[in-house]
Amino acid sequence: MTTVAAAAPDALPVRDQPRWWRFTVRLFRTKPLGAAGAVVFVIFLFAGIFAGVLAPYGINETDLAHRLEPPSRQFLLGTDHLGRDLFSRVLMGARLSMIVGFCAAALATVVSILIGVLSGYLGGWFDMLTQRLVDAWMTFPDLVLLIVIVSVVGPGITQIVIILGLLYGIAGSRIVRGAVTSVREHVYTHAAQSVGAGTFHILRRHILPNVMPVVIVLFTTRVGAVILSEAALSFLGLGVPPPAPTWGGMLSGDGRTYLYLGPWLALAPGICLTVVVYAANVFGDALRDLLDPRMRGT
Amino acid sequence: MRAVNSVSLEVAAGETLAIVGESGSGKSVTALSILRLIPEPGRIENGRIQFEGRDLLALDETGIRAVRGNRIAMIFQEPMSSLNPVLTIGRQVAEPLRLHRRLKRREALDQAVDLLRSVAIPDAEKRLGDYPHQFSGGMRQRVMIAMALACHPRLLIADEPTTALDVTVQAQILELLKERTRETDSALILITHDLGVVARYADRVAVMYGGRIVESGPAGALYADPRHPYTQGLLRSVPRLEGDTGGRLASIEGQPPDLSALPVGCAFEPRCPNAHERCLEAPPPLVAHGAARAWACYRAEEEPAA
Repeated sequence: MTTVAAAAPDALPVRDQPRWWRFTVRLFRTKPLGAAGAVVFVIFLFAGIFAGVLAPYGINETDLAHRLEPPSRQFLLGTDHLGRDLFSRVLMGARLSMIVGFCAAALATVVSILIGVLSGYLGGWFDMLTQRLVDAWMTFPDLVLLIVIVSVVGPGITQIVIILGLLYGIAGSRIVRGAVTSVREHVYTHAAQSVGAGTFHILRRHILPNVMPVVIVLFTTRVGAVILSEAALSFLGLGVPPPAPTWGGMLSGDGRTYLYLGPWLALAPGICLTVVVYAANVFGDALRDLLDPRMRGT
Repeated sequence: MRAVNSVSLEVAAGETLAIVGESGSGKSVTALSILRLIPEPGRIENGRIQFEGRDLLALDETGIRAVRGNRIAMIFQEPMSSLNPVLTIGRQVAEPLRLHRRLKRREALDQAVDLLRSVAIPDAEKRLGDYPHQFSGGMRQRVMIAMALACHPRLLIADEPTTALDVTVQAQILELLKERTRETDSALILITHDLGVVARYADRVAVMYGGRIVESGPAGALYADPRHPYTQGLLRSVPRLEGDTGGRLASIEGQPPDLSALPVGCAFEPRCPNAHERCLEAPPPLVAHGAARAWACYRAEEEPAA
């Protein structure tokens, strides 16, 4: 191997700075697009967190004197057919999207890791059984499953999080499993066994850190995908029920109905949705590249 | 399919035993089975592994784990891939200490520095936080040795520790292994296909062919007077500096045996220059000749002892 001289001289002076800071610097320096994605995503995240403070109007505050008004200084993104301020509603929509996105993606990741790591590492009949169940599960189209489950348990934010989390978690488990089966065959896994490490220790210390790049990308792209799915469900009226201001609901409700009279009603949530999902994805890709220590120093 | 059959080995404290053989002769499987690390679906059908007065095959999972890396340590063939790429060197060297000695992270890392120093890694303290890709092949193998020595094992098994390294580094690594085991009076099993390595570092040698030991004995005696035709062939095929150096190197004709279809008789019979009907009937047993030597050949026994 030729990577012996990886201790580059310019890496030495920054040693005393904290790790997260060095990492951020590296992100901005080497992955400008990913860094931009991160910034955009964080902006939306904070917009969601502080929606209550930032929103100039209440989300369900109607003002019939100002119905379907185009964006103006008074109403930054215009108003809908009930005279509700769209800017305030989009902010609250960001909060809902972020909550659903993070919770469902976190749940999905945990489910993927559990199934993927156990199935991939233990192998044998256990692996066979779980993988056939996963196969069976995946033969159902996502949307059909979603619609069926939601119509049984009823719409609501908790249900959406759990359903999307399980749905993406089970599908994602195969990606984790694939990564685990390749890591399991590495000599360092055998070496870990040869120093007397138990199964749990090996999973935690050796397998999991080595599949982390995969898991992180899985998580960040899942955040985007979940936000999109939630919007799709809300668009179909199966997501978070109105009058909660979800981006999907805004698109299908007023956005569609008043497309000609007030195109801003569709544009605002639509653009937000696109930008957030794209930002999450490029950030995820950048993280994957940076978190792999084999790519460090190159 | 039997990868290894009727293998019987013995190593005493402070002694270096070399297991020699070509690829697929069962050297590595023999080594792995000592620690019960044979990958699925392989298994040990029967036998005994006596170590410090206990049979390792009779231990439960917790029991064998307490032996691995603690009383018996192993060094693998590929230093490039036997270290976990996402953990720092320090944490990996400290791992056996944390597992077996239950040391705190700080204490284990302190000891890791000493261990890295003992295997001659310069700037050990600074390099604790480095990742494996920042080390060269030879340095990584030193790290592996440091890891293996962490708990002062009584037996060290090195499975072709220098195959992936270049020649100058090979010598350094072997010297290091030899020196460290001599200091602690622990036993070393050196698995190799390099006869030069054997001659220089081993006290005793076991030659494997087709999953069996075909000849064993003290290194000097075995080199001076090989009895099994396979050993003889191996030694003839080593290039020499003295004597007739112009001619072609001798080789052993034919192919190594297919372990899934071993012949009924002696596994070496198809390639043997002085095979005989009897060799087709049953594999020759490993018969002791004198106190230290043994070989498994019907024909060699017929010859008068030298």
